[in-house]
Amino acid sequence: MTSLDLAFAACGLLAVVAGLLAVTTRQVVHAALWLVVALLGVAGCLLVLGHELVALVLVLVYVGAIVVLVLFALMLTRAPIGPDLAHAVPWWRRVLAGLAGAATTGLLLAALLPLAGEAVERREVANAAVATELFGTWVWPFEALSVLLLAALVAALAVSRGAGVDTSRGGGGAA
Amino acid sequence: MSVLEVVVRSVAVLAAFLVFPLLVGQAEHKLMAHMQGRLGPMYAGGFHGWAQLVADGVKFVQKEDITPRAADRTVFRIAPFVALVPYLLALGVLPLQSGVAGVDVPASAVLVLAATSVGALGTLMAGWASANKYALLGALRSAAQLVSYELPLVLAVASACLAAGTLSLSGVVAAWSPWWLLWQLPGMLVFLVAALAELQRPPFDMPIADAELVMGPWTEYTGLRFAFFLLAEYAGIVVFSVLFAVLWLGGWRGPFDEHLGWLWTLLKGFVVAVLVIWFRVAWPRMREDQLQRLAWLFLLPLALIQLALTGIGVVMTQ
Repeated sequence: MTSLDLAFAACGLLAVVAGLLAVTTRQVVHAALWLVVALLGVAGCLLVLGHELVALVLVLVYVGAIVVLVLFALMLTRAPIGPDLAHAVPWWRRVLAGLAGAATTGLLLAALLPLAGEAVERREVANAAVATELFGTWVWPFEALSVLLLAALVAALAVSRGAGVDTSRGGGGAA
Repeated sequence: MSVLEVVVRSVAVLAAFLVFPLLVGQAEHKLMAHMQGRLGPMYAGGFHGWAQLVADGVKFVQKEDITPRAADRTVFRIAPFVALVPYLLALGVLPLQSGVAGVDVPASAVLVLAATSVGALGTLMAGWASANKYALLGALRSAAQLVSYELPLVLAVASACLAAGTLSLSGVVAAWSPWWLLWQLPGMLVFLVAALAELQRPPFDMPIADAELVMGPWTEYTGLRFAFFLLAEYAGIVVFSVLFAVLWLGGWRGPFDEHLGWLWTLLKGFVVAVLVIWFRVAWPRMREDQLQRLAWLFLLPLALIQLALTGIGVVMTQ
């Protein structure tokens, strides 16, 4: 048990506990905030393993932009203080959701546990190495992903504008 | 690094965190007083009203710490610290001279950006947890503004890092040359405007517009917790000013920089901070639609053009 093992376990535990709280809490904004803690835990795990850049980009993109967007959406709709009882679901749906979550966890564990080594070892990955991999070996999947995201963005715009609406009339009426 | 060194470095960063924002605050008092002909901040303590900041501090400590009954108590109480602590982390990696930083990490530019983006969460938590419609409206505006301006900010920093070929702030200063003042000028402007917007300083203070929203997300805060939000704002000015000086103004480069480098960094950072204060006095508040228009139709294309320009420059000179 080295200090690295300990740090990794602490970050992992933080991520798992915060993740569990995020899906079990009855307050929707708290769920988003627990998600922040879970993401910070994952970033901590990556830092322990020496993947500095990936950890920082995770924080920058997910905590800095995506969770802020989620909170924005929550505040725009309805995010009451206190437990949200309007969206209570029957017990059998909770059990089914729990089973689905447990099954996914089991599948991931079965796939990943055989790959796990003995102790946590820290590999110092230079940022240049990450860049070379990303823009050398993996450049096509990377670009395909960005095109996919762009397509989703354009589609979202098309859906939100609505079909069959004549936008030529009225000028700035939609603003 | 021994334990003693870690302690000394942490204490040094904490001291800087407690001193520099107050210096900026003091500078703001006096500069605004001079620019607007205000007499109020010039009385306390005699000479030039030097004790005004002390008086403010004493006032904040004396005030009662109130949590509204309808508020989400935990989130409400944590929010000021979520806003404040990331700036402490960011200050820890900003270099003052080559080798003089709280801790020197390889991707320090990304770390500063990541830390400051976490700080924004504090404002949102405060706005939501206050159970106050003004606070919620302020938090909404704040979220919309932060998401819009994050992108040009990151792209501008990416351009400087691309020009230097490194993500390390010390590395950027080492690669800096006076030509950058011309070559990286669009990125510089984009960063300055986007940083002002991230800090929610005038003219980008729509989220806390006091004529419409009382004090926006901070409406329900009193005493020390309110002071923490103010401290976070001034710490943010320090972080973004020093970052600006390091990325675009050459940090510690200047005459006698072997010995006086740290002084150059601080001096350049202070000039940028004065500029930030000046903007508050000089410009009226922007409207919400003007804010979004500026970010998406002007700053973002400019940042992308700068990125392309940097790319061309880097390829040509290699």
